Amino acid sequence: MTDALVPKVADPKTVLTGSSPTADHTEGMSYLETLPRRLVTLYLPLGIICLILLFPFYWMALTSIKPDEQLLALDKFNPFWTPTPTFKHIQKLLFETNYPQWLWNTMMVAIAATILSILASVLAAYAIVRLRYRGAQWVGAAIFLAYLVPPSILFIPLSTVVFQYGLFDTPFALILTYPTILIPFSTWLLMGYFKTIPFELEECALIDGASRWQILMKIVLPLAVPGLISAFIFCFTLCWNEFIYALTFISSNQNKTVPVAIVMEFTDGDIYRWGSLMAGALVGSLPLVVLYAFFVEHYVSAMTGAVKE
Amino acid sequence: MTDVALKPILREPTAWDRLKVNRGWLSAWFMLPAAAFLILFLAYPLILGIWISFTDARIGRGGVFVGLENYEWLWDDTVFWLSVFNTLLYTVVASVFKFAVGLYLAILLNQHMPFKAIIRAIVLIPFIVPTVLSAIAFWWIFDTQFSIISWSLRKLHLISTNIDFLGDFWNARWSVIFANIWRGVPFVAITLLAGLQTVPPSLYEAATIDGASRWQMFRFITYPLLTPIIAVVMTFSVLFTFTDFQLIWAMTRGGPVNATHLMATLSYQRAILGGYLGEGSAIATAMIPFLLAAIMISWFGLQRRKWQQGESND
Repeated sequence: MTDALVPKVADPKTVLTGSSPTADHTEGMSYLETLPRRLVTLYLPLGIICLILLFPFYWMALTSIKPDEQLLALDKFNPFWTPTPTFKHIQKLLFETNYPQWLWNTMMVAIAATILSILASVLAAYAIVRLRYRGAQWVGAAIFLAYLVPPSILFIPLSTVVFQYGLFDTPFALILTYPTILIPFSTWLLMGYFKTIPFELEECALIDGASRWQILMKIVLPLAVPGLISAFIFCFTLCWNEFIYALTFISSNQNKTVPVAIVMEFTDGDIYRWGSLMAGALVGSLPLVVLYAFFVEHYVSAMTGAVKE
Repeated sequence: MTDVALKPILREPTAWDRLKVNRGWLSAWFMLPAAAFLILFLAYPLILGIWISFTDARIGRGGVFVGLENYEWLWDDTVFWLSVFNTLLYTVVASVFKFAVGLYLAILLNQHMPFKAIIRAIVLIPFIVPTVLSAIAFWWIFDTQFSIISWSLRKLHLISTNIDFLGDFWNARWSVIFANIWRGVPFVAITLLAGLQTVPPSLYEAATIDGASRWQMFRFITYPLLTPIIAVVMTFSVLFTFTDFQLIWAMTRGGPVNATHLMATLSYQRAILGGYLGEGSAIATAMIPFLLAAIMISWFGLQRRKWQQGESND
């Protein structure tokens, strides 16, 4: 009984597929419910919520392929569908603006910042969990607190720091500041993973004369690959999502990231801007959605790992 | 013979050998990269920010210490108090709804149904897509003239004129709060779902035999067992809602007439657009007491979890 209460959150794989930890019959007590009842208490509310959650994306995608004249004449054409889709907005976006450059910037900054953060986090998490130096638990707590410091209170002093270091309006301003958001998160996540690796493996390796570095590279990291993937894609998503630092530290058009560029460059007074604006938002979201489709379980494990412990 | 063979192995360990296995020394090197980043770009700016709030710094020139002048100025500033009110309203209303809808959605998703994995994966999409980009989609949905919501309601003859979603004080507030709830619900739902799955079904079976109603099962089984994870999830949610910037900036930029200015957006406007770094920093620093309160709640939530599981507080 108490054993069943020990796991704090379910395994990420079961978060997506299972309903409860019973192995023999997953349906549980649901046989007590009749279909009409389930229709009203389960499928109807779930359908409405999913519809609301997905509608903005449908609207975004639809707007980006609608011809201009159908965009604003809601009464003349059925607004929920378009019989004549056009790729004009997306074409304009890709060939007449700096959009490919912005996508490239976002990608580069996100990958560089993520790799830096993961490297630093792996070392830090290993030291906190396994070297157990004096005060390691306090450092762990401090990292959790660092996770709770929001960018909104840091961007003003950081902008002066970035300016002093001569990084203003360069990609390095973002590559070096994003890790402050990512390191606390990924260290916390990796600490959880490292804790699950049995001590005995390391003890054997130590007796065989392996150094700590060899243990980390040859035993701990190969066993923590799922955790590394989770940390990597979640950090990448956070970077792609980041707005306030990119808005503050980058001023020239060709260095902007996608979220900032869309807000700053496309929102002029043109009433026909909606097509290209929505196309920009759609193309900017697609890489993350594709990544998400391939790594759903890892996202879930990163999310639940973030609130665990 | 044996002496010779063993000699190189059993030599006296040098200082370097000792150092190589010294935990403190090794740890220092392992911690160095993370510590360098966090000290240079997190701890130092945090303190610098508080210092700047006591100076009259402007963009392009360092300030001199002016004591509490920035805070005194803010104390008499009605726009600042309006932003505090907006931030509290935004945080409280959005968090309450995120919690209620998120918990409800988690309970729905926890039931057995076909295509479970796909439905759960779909629910999380609003959380994956960059906030700014979905906020831009909401900006278009809430457009004054061409809003699809206004059009649909007009076709249903529920309203006669378009709703001015982002132009009216209270409409604008409810609109941004709605967009925030829309974005926050998936996170709350999926993390609470992960917690729900650890509740043993035998408890519900026992309760059913004892004749418990659905509400009683929720109140006396689900809710108590979920409390620890609710505490953590809601702390995160409150924290990130309180310091939200991007959603507001993409949708309204604080308008109309400061009606949706949050403390974060106001500090950006004053510090970066207006150039008054000192004043902006003072607004940002004023957020810290609220954040500390949220962190304290989180901390006690965590303590309680460990106590519930019978672990020591390590």
